[in-house]
Amino acid sequence: MGEPVIVLSGLTKQYGTFTAVNNLTLTIRKGEIFGLLGPNGAGKSTTILMMLGLTDPTAGSVTVCGIDATRSPIKVKKKVGYLPEDVGFYDDLTGLENLVYTGRLNGLSRDEARRKALSLIERVGLAGHENKKAGKYSRGMRQRLGLADVLIKAPEVIILDEPTSGIDPAGVRGFIDLIRTLSREEGLTVLFSSHHLSQVQQVCDRIALFSAGTLLADLELATLVAEGKQLEDIYNYYFEGRTAQ
Amino acid sequence: MSHIEHPFRVIVSKEIADHIRNWRFIILVTILALTCMGSLYTALTSMSSAVKPGNANDTFVFLKLFTASDGTLPSFMVFIGFLGPLLGIGLGFDAINSEQNKGTLSRVLSQPIYRDYLINAKFVAALVVISTLLCMLGLLVMACGLIAIGIPPTLDEFLRMLAFIVVSIFYVAFWLNLSIFFSIRFRQAATSALAGIAVWLFFSVFYTLILNLVAKAISPGAMASMSQQFNYQKLMFNLMCFSPNELFNQATTTLLMPTVRSLGPLTMQQMQGALPSTLSLGQSLLVVWPQLTGLIAVTLVCFGLSYVTFMRREVRAR
Repeated sequence: MGEPVIVLSGLTKQYGTFTAVNNLTLTIRKGEIFGLLGPNGAGKSTTILMMLGLTDPTAGSVTVCGIDATRSPIKVKKKVGYLPEDVGFYDDLTGLENLVYTGRLNGLSRDEARRKALSLIERVGLAGHENKKAGKYSRGMRQRLGLADVLIKAPEVIILDEPTSGIDPAGVRGFIDLIRTLSREEGLTVLFSSHHLSQVQQVCDRIALFSAGTLLADLELATLVAEGKQLEDIYNYYFEGRTAQ
Repeated sequence: MSHIEHPFRVIVSKEIADHIRNWRFIILVTILALTCMGSLYTALTSMSSAVKPGNANDTFVFLKLFTASDGTLPSFMVFIGFLGPLLGIGLGFDAINSEQNKGTLSRVLSQPIYRDYLINAKFVAALVVISTLLCMLGLLVMACGLIAIGIPPTLDEFLRMLAFIVVSIFYVAFWLNLSIFFSIRFRQAATSALAGIAVWLFFSVFYTLILNLVAKAISPGAMASMSQQFNYQKLMFNLMCFSPNELFNQATTTLLMPTVRSLGPLTMQQMQGALPSTLSLGQSLLVVWPQLTGLIAVTLVCFGLSYVTFMRREVRAR
């Protein structure tokens, strides 16, 4: 695989006495679809916030595309697209206007942003809905619009935080296929955080298992399959086994 | 329109568009426009009694448009002092928390912009809207008054009017900043609106009540010496000045009524030898300079507070 794109070393985040992320060291390489897997409250979202410089780590460092995310978050945000869980849009603007606004915040001219937004809307399968108010979009449509919103800045890395929550099964399949195609075609590095085992298994090349802020395992899915193991077995081994002890 | 704009300008123009399209803004403008018309009407009907022949005030007939009232409705000046806060609170109370609740805050902040762009742009956009609105209303009142009374304003009167509008803008900016601070502090828009209105009510109703109680308690009595009386008056005056409403009232009264020569208590010695004439604009400004700096200072304090709270805030999705 290619050169490292996201490097976390000794990353720690504490809220008072509570440790959300504990001494996390991880490297994600270019072109990978990387899954962050763990139960709710495992520290996945906090890790992502630190990668974007939206919150400062208590200790350790985050480097994205060779840039320190804590020191120069602006440079990192130019290269990283972030789709938060349950993304929000300005309800009284249309889907297209919302995308154009993001595009202009990323230094595109109005015309260019509009052109790009229209092609992305088509790409994520929302053609025909671009002039509808974002407030009228369904949850699944909002999530798709969110993906278009992430792509409009032409990122090198996209971070998806629980992107499929609230979408129906057929929608999830479409969404996951879209992510896979995008990653393969454009050489995007994708960080996919989820607590759905099956989705992670469908889409990711490599996964990191998380619990209570600690990294439990860093697995290559291909080798896992070659050894004839299921991700579920691994998950059960770490989580169910842990409670049994 | 193919040129690339600075992200800050993009946010400001989007925020202004949001304000103008909003129903809330239309309601606020309607209230303000109605009060303008009402106060203009009372000013015009009371004009004949307000202007007495042979008086030194004669030269400032035009300013009476803003200050005169026949008692049925307050004057324009009083209305702005009363409704300005409502405008400021109305435009700022959900600045940040609505973005947070809609989930747009984390999306916007994950774009390559500095975090303070957002809060600065919110402030600038609302201020642009407020300034435009107040200038428009002030000039409209002037224009209608000009048609009705037929006496053009002198340069001095015009400048006083402009100074009044600038002070009003600062005054509304204070309430705007206060409500932006509440919008960062409180997650619910309703709570932050209530907090803003509570502060407004406190200063416009309860503060004077409390001061009256204090005044009764510490009054030195009729038999007290002159210096005691003077110090008591001075203390009460200084306590009054803690209220932004009072600062605004003092500043605008002095600016719009050139006969007002001083705001605090005066001794007979200070009055001795003073001619019963009006002050020039420069002198009026000098009289209210403490009030003006006070208003600007509280505005900046509120902005600083919101800035610091916002920059330290961890932004999560919803």
